[in-house]
Amino acid sequence: MIDNGLLVQMLLGALLGLSVYLPLAAGQLSLATPAFYAIGGTLAALLSTRWALLGGGVDGSLPVLSLLLELLLGGLLAGVLAALVGGLVLRLRGIYLAIATIALVEIVRVAILNLPFTGGAVGIFGIPQPFAEASGYLLPVLGLLTLAGWFCQRLEALPLGQAMAAIRDDELAAECLGIDTTQVKLRAFVLSAVLAGATGVLAAHFLNTWNARQGTFDASVATLAFVILGGSRTWLGPVFGGLLLTALPELLRPVGDARLVLFGLVILLGPVLAPQGLITPALLERLGSLGRGAAR
Amino acid sequence: MESLLQTLLNGVASGGVYALVALGYTLVFSVLGVINFAQGALFSLGGYATYLLMGGRIGVNGAWPGLGLPVALPFGLALLLAALLTALASLLVERVAFAPLRRRGAEPLQSLITSLGAGVVLVNLLQILMGAEGYAFPDGAGALAGLPDMVVLGGARIRTIQLLLLAICAGAVLLLSLWLERSRGGKALRAVAEDFTTARLLGIDSDAMVRLAFALSGVLAGLGGGLVGLSVSLTGPYFGISYGLKGLAVLVLGGLGSVPGAIAGGLLMGLAEALVPADASGWRDALAFAILFGVLLLRPGGLLGRVQVDKV
Repeated sequence: MIDNGLLVQMLLGALLGLSVYLPLAAGQLSLATPAFYAIGGTLAALLSTRWALLGGGVDGSLPVLSLLLELLLGGLLAGVLAALVGGLVLRLRGIYLAIATIALVEIVRVAILNLPFTGGAVGIFGIPQPFAEASGYLLPVLGLLTLAGWFCQRLEALPLGQAMAAIRDDELAAECLGIDTTQVKLRAFVLSAVLAGATGVLAAHFLNTWNARQGTFDASVATLAFVILGGSRTWLGPVFGGLLLTALPELLRPVGDARLVLFGLVILLGPVLAPQGLITPALLERLGSLGRGAAR
Repeated sequence: MESLLQTLLNGVASGGVYALVALGYTLVFSVLGVINFAQGALFSLGGYATYLLMGGRIGVNGAWPGLGLPVALPFGLALLLAALLTALASLLVERVAFAPLRRRGAEPLQSLITSLGAGVVLVNLLQILMGAEGYAFPDGAGALAGLPDMVVLGGARIRTIQLLLLAICAGAVLLLSLWLERSRGGKALRAVAEDFTTARLLGIDSDAMVRLAFALSGVLAGLGGGLVGLSVSLTGPYFGISYGLKGLAVLVLGGLGSVPGAIAGGLLMGLAEALVPADASGWRDALAFAILFGVLLLRPGGLLGRVQVDKV
């Protein structure tokens, strides 16, 4: 039922979930993740199809080392752009920030659709493959997810993570405590973009083709749903939400056209039935004590 | 070659539709402080309902060619009934996506997700029932109750439907503003918008006012969908979503919760889009958001909005 291809997609979903989680952990509702994802993917598609130095073979192969280089460049480009844009949009609060980031996603989408070198509506295809099989992607995607998860876990103990939590609880109070809230929010926004950009690089190679439809308002909705349904109080929530909600439409394929209706129902009823999301700190606590009990 | 008058009129007409959508958001936002993301889907529903009531046939992806309602109402009547239907649908959205969260006092963020979910359900139900293909409305004199297709105005040939669209948008906006400003119900609605708790203490049934706001915003979505459907065409169940997104830009452009702001923002956006030269038309869809971006950075409260002050 879940083949390697779907598994890679699910892991990519989990990565995007983490990308939305990071600004939210600092209390900032940013829906910009699909924009940076689209930028990372476009960069990878352009570089590997046009830049001979990367060693894309005529047989459509690509050295794994070049993929790593692209990951760095994709993350870097998304991060730099986020630092530039973030300085402007992070002055906005709440729903204004959310709508400004939706605007960003739309602007990037239209730009990729209309720029002379991004292939228009068809996009860029024949993107070289570093791995012959879908299973080959499991390692780098899982690697990136592990790295990101470890980082999020580690963040809770670092001053940056604690400052983010303080802003989330009460921005004004955090500011009074001497926290440079602008800087902290900007860092969370940039980290989110770096992760989305790198995820886009992997996705572009995995999907083999890339176009403007990769980063849309729909994607903003879906990635936000990963976090809200999975739970936004711990990083495991968005990971779980991303895995589950990416798999769901595929698993629902047998019901045909009704699958997107069911998907909508899940998003509609999720916050009503599980207000904190599925994975909450309290749940993790209980699981932890169960584990300890079993070990004893 | 389009004359300037035609271009401007096109701009004002689409601006009127944007204003309708933005006003739909505004009504709900001013009462609840949240955005109803199902608004775009309700817009689609209004378009399809008008089409069906006028005797349009749907194919259901070719599964049932020639299927339709056994009626063929004139446009005005079909539009009104469709608006009534979207008002009911909007009430249903309130019931399933907003009311449960409000009763629990949940974070506003969550109703963003639930209303999006309601929109996804609605659009995909439309897709299953109506099929994914586009439809053009039944054409000809019958549709417009005998009015001519074109009128000549100041030397320019202008489609009657554009004028009709403009008149209906202006009428709806005017009626709504008057009602909000003058009537008892409108005043009660504004009282709830100002302060939920105080309004309740004054004996205003806040829940009824919330439902009223949703019903009215549903009417606006239905009118917009039907009008755009007739003047352009139904390009598929998702056609309302892009109007919903543009309406969002207009909403912020004018200042969240501001009625004159939504109208001014809509007209500005429509005119700006109409003035984009044809060889750059691919970029037109980004213009609304680029303007929004610029305005947000210069005036974070929107053009005519109030600046929010933090309370400690």
